Amino acid sequence: MKHRFHKQGFRFSSAFFTTLTALATFLILAILAVILLDALIYGWRTLSWHFVSTIPKKDFFDVKTTGVLPMIIGTSIRVIVMAIFVIPIGVITATYLTEYAPSGSIVTRVIRAAVNNLAGVPSIVFGLFGLGFFVNFVGKNLDAVFHNPSAVWGQPALIWASLTLAVMTLPVVIVATEESLKAVPQGLREASLALGATKLETIIKIVLPQALPGIMTGGILAVSRAAGEVAPILFTGVAYYMASLPTHLTDQFMDLGYHVFVLSTQSPNIQQTEPILYATVLVLLMLTFALNLIAVIVRARVRRKMRSLH
Amino acid sequence: MAEITLPKLNLSDAPAAPAINAPTLIEINQVSLYYGASKALKNISVNLGEKIVTAFIGPSGCGKSTLLRCINRMNDLIDNVRIEGSMKVAGQDIYAKDVDVIELRKRIGMVFQKSNPFPKSIYENIAYGLRLHGMKKKSELDEHIEQSLRGAAIWDEVKDRLHTSALGLSGGQQQRICIARAIAIKPEIILMDEPASALDPLATARIEELILELKKNFTIVIVTHNMQQAARISDYTAFFYIGELIEFDTTTKIFTNPAKKQTEDYVTGRFG
Amino acid sequence: MSREKKSNRTAGWMGIQRGHNAHPIEWLAEKFIFLVSLSAIVMVFLIFAFVLREALPVVLGKMDSAAVQPVIPVADMDKIPADELRTYLELTPEQFAKINHDTKKMLMESKVEGAQEVPDNPDAKLNTIKWRYLIFPHQWSGYAKPAYIWQPISDIKKYNIIPLIIGSVKTTIVALLFAVPLALGAAIYVSQLANPRAKEFIKPAIEMLSGIPSVVAGFFALIIMATVLQKVFGYESRLNSFVAGIALGFAIIPVVFSLAEDALTSVPRAYTQAALALGASRWQAAWQVVLPAAIPGVSAAIILGFGRAIGETMIVLMASGNASIMSWNIFDSARTITATIAAELAEAVFGGDHYRLLFLIGALLFLVTFLTNMAGELVMNRLKKRLEGKS
Repeated sequence: MKHRFHKQGFRFSSAFFTTLTALATFLILAILAVILLDALIYGWRTLSWHFVSTIPKKDFFDVKTTGVLPMIIGTSIRVIVMAIFVIPIGVITATYLTEYAPSGSIVTRVIRAAVNNLAGVPSIVFGLFGLGFFVNFVGKNLDAVFHNPSAVWGQPALIWASLTLAVMTLPVVIVATEESLKAVPQGLREASLALGATKLETIIKIVLPQALPGIMTGGILAVSRAAGEVAPILFTGVAYYMASLPTHLTDQFMDLGYHVFVLSTQSPNIQQTEPILYATVLVLLMLTFALNLIAVIVRARVRRKMRSLH
Repeated sequence: MAEITLPKLNLSDAPAAPAINAPTLIEINQVSLYYGASKALKNISVNLGEKIVTAFIGPSGCGKSTLLRCINRMNDLIDNVRIEGSMKVAGQDIYAKDVDVIELRKRIGMVFQKSNPFPKSIYENIAYGLRLHGMKKKSELDEHIEQSLRGAAIWDEVKDRLHTSALGLSGGQQQRICIARAIAIKPEIILMDEPASALDPLATARIEELILELKKNFTIVIVTHNMQQAARISDYTAFFYIGELIEFDTTTKIFTNPAKKQTEDYVTGRFG
Repeated sequence: MSREKKSNRTAGWMGIQRGHNAHPIEWLAEKFIFLVSLSAIVMVFLIFAFVLREALPVVLGKMDSAAVQPVIPVADMDKIPADELRTYLELTPEQFAKINHDTKKMLMESKVEGAQEVPDNPDAKLNTIKWRYLIFPHQWSGYAKPAYIWQPISDIKKYNIIPLIIGSVKTTIVALLFAVPLALGAAIYVSQLANPRAKEFIKPAIEMLSGIPSVVAGFFALIIMATVLQKVFGYESRLNSFVAGIALGFAIIPVVFSLAEDALTSVPRAYTQAALALGASRWQAAWQVVLPAAIPGVSAAIILGFGRAIGETMIVLMASGNASIMSWNIFDSARTITATIAAELAEAVFGGDHYRLLFLIGALLFLVTFLTNMAGELVMNRLKKRLEGKS
């Protein structure tokens, strides 16, 4: 009898803790749902074609006439320019790590440590770096080389913000690409090499095409992450207000995330401007989440495929 | 490297050179292979003849696949592998410094244990190797592809679906696509690493038929764990045990009257 | 290649001897790929070098932030070396070269005038950017006792970084206390207890939380949570460490969850099965067998979560209240290192002492997260070794 009682005691605590962990999971999902629903419900009311297609006047706090077109364009361009830089470099680095690097060599270990560290550098430090390196060093030196009478490159600009973000998202691309390269079956490489293909031919014609979905996931994740980042662009290119859209890489730009920050902290009357704040948040979320959702789905597929291959 | 002393095996113990009625193509002379510190192959010496089938048999882990992969230098791909001794193909030391591995592999085809067609169409699978070697004309490609698929006895089964994915074929068909892919670039030697081990008996029989057919034009070295298969298709058989070549002789002799007790125990099924 | 062709066959095999450099493009490509792959290392190095470069004059003690600077009489203008004059007038070499003698004279006169306008404060001659003012409390005139004060925009610039460090640390602690139990609970549930179908859905959903931009989390904290939490807890200042910490928790939950879940999943299933076979419940197997085996991975998850929290900017900038108060009370407003940089760098004079000091605390932050990452990685490697050693 005593023995049975003992066992039941254990079962009770097991059920209790299982419920507790399930509750923790539920709470996290609830937080996610609340944030998203809140933005969706309140943002949807104000969101209109006019809102996303209008270039606002200097006073963008005016609920009736304001719009976020320059912010949508600014954010889009800065992530596209970033992707052009980060994806090739990230893919090549991942290719080196999985295809060429001798396993366990010191160089490989240092590269991996650097990638991990880069992933952990605070975004505001990237902002400082962008200002200190790209704007004040690279940009100023370019101006000196071209003998520009006034600063063209040596000031915050779209290109510097994009490059700063490219450095920041490099680990995202590298890690995702590496994962998908590892998922390519070794047998395919061997088959190609046994046919007399060189390593480079094998990588370009067999391995990379196979890994393409995973590489795309990495690219999308990087773009989605960068689209929502504000801290790295604070000093490297974002503008509080610009009357026209950016036309050159050396222009400054307006940005959705920064606009959310401005609307939430600098508004002359927060109650009154809340609708446009919510609508801007919704636009930003739609942009990052659409991308993120695609990435999560593709990644889940790649992982499942990888499991079935091993 | 010739001054390596032979542990255990002194010359009188070495496998007797069998009566060879085919000219020697591959000369393996005192080859040892190390993975890091562990020795996976121990002073293997054997000559393989041209345009015949040689089978490597032995329990798993005996080194037969490792030796096979030395012949087209696939072991180069693994870190920490060190090879001693000499290996000559048609009189050329294939481990000499000035040997171009890519060129070597074009001349020595390989078929793997697990069929590994590329995730492309049947046509593109065969065309891959041909294009690597500079063939670009569509008519020429078509012709060679048909030839190789016929050579691999799969043309009739796939001729209507050349542009569908090779992954949609059955295991046996996939393996014959891989054979077709290997023979398309006209190698002289084909290495086969347990090519039928993952197939059902019917598909295995077809592969075996094919091997007997291919022997007319190619030198074939096949690793198999299936002794009946070795007996059916090979002219010569080498028996390996824990990294050593125990016995090498005509297949008939190995299976009917082996010289070594270990060989006899293995082929009669007493171990392994 | 030999011209003598003994037979067809041998001639064909001669072709394999093209030398090991037969593929120059291959060789070049490999070198190129290798060089590109070093970019990650180069970037880490550049970040360190260029953030520190801007901060270096402070570290070396070359800056002088005293409100009252020694004045050189206009009459002495031609007596001092040109270089010294240039530094005194705070001009770049190009600017200095462009302006003529009269302009220089005018600048010197305005310097003298400027010196007369400086407030009559006993602290006006202090170079407040020296290390002892940055770290230790100082008895400022007009204050009752020695104090830690961050007040970079005032007549007497006060640059004590301790209030910022405390702001960062206490906000991070709140975030960890909130996020770690939730993330760990969810990781245990998802990896050990939930049925596989639920897992397929929950895991990507939690990972999606990391897709919420931090500026949106900050917005949510500022507009909604701050009000709700204030009503529930009834504290005084609406924006504080507590609100910012909870919102910061949202940002680090996915980090801690992902890493912990990976660590728990990497424990061989045989462990769980062995425990279940002995009559343990699933919870007991998870808590007594799997979790202890995965402890290094779980600790790494927490360490990296800490690194992420202390470096997060937008959330704390928007939700912490941004008052640099020397207080450990989580219900007081706080100003973190990151928020300070974000808020003040745009206003700081380029190349001035405030500007350089902000780079210095950025470098400090970089150092902390760098060490945190190293520690996390070391601990993670221990998990790998442990699992390899046992299985």
